[in-house]
Amino acid sequence: MDTSEEENLVAYGVNTCMGCGLEIVLRRAIEILGKNTIVVIPPGCAAVFSGFGNTTAMRIAGFQGNLENTAAYASGIRTSLDVQGKKDVNVLAFAGDGATVDIGIQSLSGMFERGERVIYICYDNEAYMNTGGQQSGSTPEHAVTTTTPGGKLGLKKDMIAIAQAHRIPYAASASVAYIKDFQMKVKKASEVNGPAYIHVHAPCPTGWGFDPSKTIEIAKKAVLSGAWELCEVANGEKIVHEIPCENKDEVWQEYMKLQKRFRQK
Amino acid sequence: MNREILDGNSAAAKAISLCDVSVIAAYPITPQSAMVEELAEIYRHRDENYKFVCVESEHSAISYVTSSELAGARSTTATASVGLAYMHEVLGVTGGCRVPVVMPIVNRALVAPWSLWCDHQDSMAERDSGWLQFYAENAQEVFDCIIMGYRIAESKEILLPMMVCMDGFYVSHAMQKVDMMEAENVKEFIGAFEPKNLFLDVNHPMFINNLTSADEFTEIRFQQESAFRKALTKIPEIMDEFNQKFHREYHMIEAYCLEDAEEVLIGIGSMCGTIRKVVKDLRKKGRKAGMLKILTFRPFPAEQIRTALAGKCRVGVIDRSAGLGQKKGITASEVSAALNGSSTEVVSFIAGLGGRDISEQTIENAFDILQRQEMLPLEKVFLDKKENAMQIREWEE
Repeated sequence: MDTSEEENLVAYGVNTCMGCGLEIVLRRAIEILGKNTIVVIPPGCAAVFSGFGNTTAMRIAGFQGNLENTAAYASGIRTSLDVQGKKDVNVLAFAGDGATVDIGIQSLSGMFERGERVIYICYDNEAYMNTGGQQSGSTPEHAVTTTTPGGKLGLKKDMIAIAQAHRIPYAASASVAYIKDFQMKVKKASEVNGPAYIHVHAPCPTGWGFDPSKTIEIAKKAVLSGAWELCEVANGEKIVHEIPCENKDEVWQEYMKLQKRFRQK
Repeated sequence: MNREILDGNSAAAKAISLCDVSVIAAYPITPQSAMVEELAEIYRHRDENYKFVCVESEHSAISYVTSSELAGARSTTATASVGLAYMHEVLGVTGGCRVPVVMPIVNRALVAPWSLWCDHQDSMAERDSGWLQFYAENAQEVFDCIIMGYRIAESKEILLPMMVCMDGFYVSHAMQKVDMMEAENVKEFIGAFEPKNLFLDVNHPMFINNLTSADEFTEIRFQQESAFRKALTKIPEIMDEFNQKFHREYHMIEAYCLEDAEEVLIGIGSMCGTIRKVVKDLRKKGRKAGMLKILTFRPFPAEQIRTALAGKCRVGVIDRSAGLGQKKGITASEVSAALNGSSTEVVSFIAGLGGRDISEQTIENAFDILQRQEMLPLEKVFLDKKENAMQIREWEE
């Protein structure tokens, strides 16, 4: 927990929605990476941490990019630090699913191929939540969003497979319900010699339509039911961390029913 | 003095390599490719303090060098045509964050239809992006403008990125003699790179480019505008210093046989070489022809142009981009605005689009219109347009 003032690198009272999943992701990532980090955040929900006007919510150096070039900005910072011999500084790219799997996938693929040592964390709330909840390439099939009022017809992109196909040194999926697991993965990501990608399931009470007190419960049910998978890909090999669950189907039903986005109209 | 035979692309690559640029991120595009190939070769032999990076697009190239420079390393890229258009969104970030990247542009037409050849629409479309713009006439000017460009762009009173534009093929691929410089003299002139005001440093954390309300947006734009205004006085100072140190003769505008001229053409880029030749020939025939070349389009040297053209009855401006939908071409409109309230009439000529050569004949035709016609045309004159323009690729019912 954030106990000493020195370690409070992210301010309290940031105006995310109540029960926001991504807030947990950012706080717990920064807790591991510390102040020797430069962060790039595109416009989107996480931009509330970039701040507004002459205020910012973080005490680490940061840059707000455009929506589609988070990986390019992060790569540029990495190379700049490297040529100056500042190899001990972490570069964190922190983007949502829209900025990653849709509009940002080209620059992300470029970074994966070139191999800059950047920690790229995608917080996945499964739609463009900052603009009112429009569908993204990461929205699951059948989910109702403001632009798929009858439910999404296509499938959710498999970003781990895409990352794996680039043969980067480390890729992982994580969930806000399993913070120790997530933080272990952030630590590993910061230690590999090349790009690392972590895709974190971050439920959104506002967009998914559930009670803000149930963010962790929903995230947990997603993992237990198999709707979300926890895995690591290192050296090309994918290992899935199965969490034992005896009544998978039942939990899956609960996961769906707790959210308004899967209700038939 | 060391003299080499180089084309514009190579002159740009050699200038960049003298300016202690740490990071280059580039994406190839005709007619710029030879420049980045040469830079890749130069950087292959350098140590770990320098890096040439192949990125997957121009959009990423400009993003890469903008953040790289914010993090403390002098960085650049180069592009042309649709590549520059693809950068458009990020050009505003580079300008707005006051990152003094100096980027060569090899001018090439925008699409449609597809063209690989010279036209200024690509960089003219970016004239309000918050970048300084210089238009080089030849390889020597490309070389010199890049070197003085670093000093200008990075000076603390200005802090604006700069495009050094050269005409595709006419300058980028034409071999010319170029007077070179010693690396240590260049270093002494431009100084070491120091991030100013906005930078990414873990020891001095700040968050750059966050959401800004209407409460401050106007003021931040005004700061940029103020930098352009300061550049109008600062650039001539730096040019003077450059001229003295390297024995050159640069000014924001260049007058040729202008003083007593009765027929004046204003040009930009490589066409100025041809205009100069035609002026010389017309003078031999007893005509009082003259030229005004605009080297710096941003900031636009309006006062200097007004002073240089004082008392002139009529001037023509040749634009190498169509400036669609407006009465006059882009440069002609700016010249007209500079002359507002004076009695000088401005004729707008369009020529040399999509690679068409601006020949001596084309320029003579422009002078003839200025000299002979009593009633000057009020709308753009497409100087070198063919007679059958409206029949080209028309669907016949």
